[in-house]
Amino acid sequence: MSGLGQERRLTARTRAKREASTISAELDQFDIAIVGAGHAGAQAAIALRGQGYEGRIGLIGDEPDLPYERPPLSKEYLAGEKPFERMLLRKESFWEERDIRLLPSTRIERVDARTHELFDAEGESIRYGKLIWAGGGEPRRMPCGSDAGLSGVHAIRTHADVQLLRKELAAADRIVVVGGGYIGLEAAAVLTRLGKHVTVVEAATRLLSRVCGAPISDFYERLHRAAGVEFRLNTMTDCLEGEDHHVRGVRLSCGESLPADLVIIGIGIVPSIEPLTAAGIDTANGVRVDAQCRTSDPDIFAIGDCALHVNAWADSAEIRLESVQNANDMAKVAAQVITGTPAHYDALPWFWSNQYDVKLQTAGLSMGYDDHVLRGSPDEGSFSMAYLKAGRIVALDAVNRPADFVQAQKLIRARASPSLAALADIEMPLKTLIPTS
Amino acid sequence: MPKLTVVTREGQESTVEAESGLTVMENIRDNDFDELLALCGGSLSCATCHVHVDEAWMAKVGAPNDDEDDLLESSDYKMANSRLSCQIEMTDELDGLKVRIAPED
Repeated sequence: MSGLGQERRLTARTRAKREASTISAELDQFDIAIVGAGHAGAQAAIALRGQGYEGRIGLIGDEPDLPYERPPLSKEYLAGEKPFERMLLRKESFWEERDIRLLPSTRIERVDARTHELFDAEGESIRYGKLIWAGGGEPRRMPCGSDAGLSGVHAIRTHADVQLLRKELAAADRIVVVGGGYIGLEAAAVLTRLGKHVTVVEAATRLLSRVCGAPISDFYERLHRAAGVEFRLNTMTDCLEGEDHHVRGVRLSCGESLPADLVIIGIGIVPSIEPLTAAGIDTANGVRVDAQCRTSDPDIFAIGDCALHVNAWADSAEIRLESVQNANDMAKVAAQVITGTPAHYDALPWFWSNQYDVKLQTAGLSMGYDDHVLRGSPDEGSFSMAYLKAGRIVALDAVNRPADFVQAQKLIRARASPSLAALADIEMPLKTLIPTS
Repeated sequence: MPKLTVVTREGQESTVEAESGLTVMENIRDNDFDELLALCGGSLSCATCHVHVDEAWMAKVGAPNDDEDDLLESSDYKMANSRLSCQIEMTDELDGLKVRIAPED
């Protein structure tokens, strides 16, 4: 192997450390330290340079990889259809050329807001001028803690999670997915296509219950059942059962056991915010931020999955959003505010989920809706569901109807109050319902 | 390797060695242009990799399909030569292709 090849194999941190030891102690001092190198953190660094910011930027992540896209982890990457290199948000050279210092495999465990210091797992200190906390979250564990110490139990959050899952897949036939949300269903779609026997266990009476209306849930249940996935709805799990340190089944609270060679836990995330809480920053189910993504400490910002914010599209409810849209738009706001450009976060949320050949695209937030209407029929495999609140359209789920998704965004932004009959008329493009002012 | 010419939003033009088999979006991203968001990673779920294809190349690149066309409609800058760059695969036949990154909506 050529010398160049070997050089390329060094991790960014090894190289950065080597350079730092000969040049200066740059690696422990940043004008802006970004904790979390997922979509939000990476985009914040890109946006800062895009704003012309010239100070020292450190992008600190606890994973060994270059920043990458997470959505394919439960889809094309799990299926083996997309190589990891094609999921990188940017090539390594990008970060070098923009002089954004990557500190991979570095887990920040403590923050001292008074001295402006971060401490990693080894207790080494990193000084910051401003801190952007983009820590994301950790997969929620099984309540009884029985997933500890068993192999064959997987989350789908990181590259390493799915690498390990894929390695163990070959020897697995029966797979139990705990949780009928996006991640669990996307994984179920991939795994059943790979020929596995998949059972999804969901505590609620229907799938996607936190985010979608019943017609959408029913559509997805039928879609998955037709592909061979089995469901246990309205079913609580009790504990995992293991043998020789490997999982063998999932015990349900009714006493029944579902045999399993592998178990995937997809029951959401817990925001990674403990170091900020311990530092006295205002946190609850997330880090509280204002419309500028600023926390209760003026030098600390928080963005992405862990940022608890008042959302203009949720009737000003305080929420967290786990999405690429939110990560990206908050990153942009924080970068603008830090570089002195007035900005506030009020982007309309949107989401997508790909299962089999079906594309679900969601515009807006349906929480608290009091009325709904279908456009088209689920039996056709292409339909939308519009959600209304006090007469106003607040969200729309588009199943294989990208035009509705795109046009609903404009309708929702216009705060339109179209009639149910007009919304249901599939011959009438949604854009014709946008009020002209 | 086919060449790809990218014009940034500020009008700066540069030509890069593109990789066949990857999409135009991936080639733009991998050559360190930082203004193409491509938020959905090329899964035809958003419209944040919108480019305007040089008129001379439109015949070879072809028109968007229905879903892509619907998504492009979200942009105020949709033109007859609009494409989502994640839906154009770079090939040797496209050697010399020129695209301009569309303004951000």
